[in-house]
Amino acid sequence: MKNKAEVVIIGGGVIGCSIAYHLAANGMKDVVVLEKEYLASGATGRCGAGVRQQWGTEMNCRLSSGSARDFENMNEELEYEGDIEFIQGGYLLVAYTEHQVEQFRKNVALQNSLGIKSKFLTPLEAQEIVPHLNIDPLLAATFHDKDGHANPFHVTQAYANAARRLGVQINTYTTVLGIKREGDKVTGVITDRGEISAPIVVNAAGGYADVVAKMAGVNVPTYSERHQILVTEPVEAMQGPMVMSFHHNTYCQQTPHGSFLMGLGENVEPSHEIRGSWQFLKEMSDKITEMLPPLRHLRIVRQWAGLYHMSPDKTPILGGTEELQGFQMAVGFSGHGFMIAPMTGRLMAANILGLDHKDKDILATLNIERFAKGELFVEPSVV
Amino acid sequence: MSNKEYDNTIICRCEDITRGELHRWIDQGVTNLEELKRLSRATMGPCQGRTCRQLILQEIAARTGVPISEAIIPSYRQPLRGVTLGAIADMKLDEEEKPHEK
Ligand SMILES: Cc1cc2nc3c(=O)[nH]c(=O)nc-3n(C[C@H](O)[C@H](O)[C@H](O)COP(=O)(O)OP(=O)(O)OC[C@H]3O[C@@H](n4cnc5c(N)ncnc54)[C@H](O)[C@@H]3O)c2cc1C
Ligand code: FES
Repeated sequence: MKNKAEVVIIGGGVIGCSIAYHLAANGMKDVVVLEKEYLASGATGRCGAGVRQQWGTEMNCRLSSGSARDFENMNEELEYEGDIEFIQGGYLLVAYTEHQVEQFRKNVALQNSLGIKSKFLTPLEAQEIVPHLNIDPLLAATFHDKDGHANPFHVTQAYANAARRLGVQINTYTTVLGIKREGDKVTGVITDRGEISAPIVVNAAGGYADVVAKMAGVNVPTYSERHQILVTEPVEAMQGPMVMSFHHNTYCQQTPHGSFLMGLGENVEPSHEIRGSWQFLKEMSDKITEMLPPLRHLRIVRQWAGLYHMSPDKTPILGGTEELQGFQMAVGFSGHGFMIAPMTGRLMAANILGLDHKDKDILATLNIERFAKGELFVEPSVV
Repeated sequence: MSNKEYDNTIICRCEDITRGELHRWIDQGVTNLEELKRLSRATMGPCQGRTCRQLILQEIAARTGVPISEAIIPSYRQPLRGVTLGAIADMKLDEEEKPHEK
């Protein structure tokens, strides 16, 4: 392991690996990534893998559609030996209350104005797209055929392999224990395998970003929350799009492998706990058999959980902080960091290297200083 | 056995994964079972690796020269055999009947 680098990135999830690749692709090759387990062992490898562009604010639409373009070209751009399995089967968002219908109308108008060709649908039109959808209680839906999902292990591996080819060093099974600072400047990290001195340290520690920030003596207003998910046995292809309900707080997709993946937002206390619970199995089964009745025949193969790292406005915190020079953050993805990882990597690299980027204004919006100024960013469409 | 037969030997039967495919990942530096299983799907089939785990560990050891005793071995996940979503949805739970949360 190197003992000195220009940039040290803490975390080998999709965010850390995307940032590492984009730094190297822009000429900054003296980069070390530190991961306490294996790549994608955190939230990334546990996630629902959904990639949607149907958002309720201009900024999230831009972040997600810029990223979707990257997913479309990723196998080639990163010269990946495998396949990131980006399948654009669409996302069907379903509305059960008048309030949601109103919000969906506004969202579609906004999305269309930004070139995202989503559509507002009646329940019958929604059923044409997902024939096994229960439309009894449904009022409306929206659909965008370019949304979909990708394989999070392969996406992370693709970024990591490309970064390594450009000279980035990735050390797995290496835990950061402390962050060194002199006055208000960061100077390096202490790991269980020795120290690395570096003028720039990036916090991409996912569900442990709060713990890592504390090591640096930096205050972040983020916390972790358990989210659970289950997978069924594989069956023949029967559902193209991801189906998502903000009302039930659920999402459900059929993977390219044929199995169904489904998850639920629960009310839980902040913690780093990731043991599964039977309550989840019950609530998930109740809701999904009501929304998509034929799925009742599917056998469950596994359940697991991961951490959402929440920020106060459910929107990530990107960039540096006035508290500590050289300390950069890409944290608080609040359950949707996978789909915006490509743009996050691009913007963080531009920020660290002082390069220009057409979407650089987003960095100003998402800086941590927004909380002190009370300029919270509110996205109406999250699970 | 010819080279081709050797490469085409199926190591994980549930997921239909050949020795050649495993070797391609191992040669890219994916040398621990945690990463290998997630990238290739090996050990993730209905038997949850009962049949193939040991074989795969042997392949990694042979290809990398690192003995199995030094490899990082993932925890074994108990498959939830047989329960359908419908069966769970139909369950009526009273307060007393609730299973323990582990
Ligand atoms: C159940 C679930 C479903 C989700 N569904 C979706 C979805 O459909 N779409 C979507 O876009 N997003 C989804 N998300 C969110 C998404 O998974 C995350 O936002 C994203 O993966 C964050 O990536 P990351 O790299 O920041 O974090 P992580 O993947 O958690 O990576 C951080 C890494 O840092 C490492 N680390 C932590 N502390 C240290 C240390 N001290 N030293 C060294 N390494 C350390 C960890 O081991 C970890 O690997 C979901 C999340 C969950 C839990
Ligand atoms: S043989 Fe590999 S999972 Fe069953």
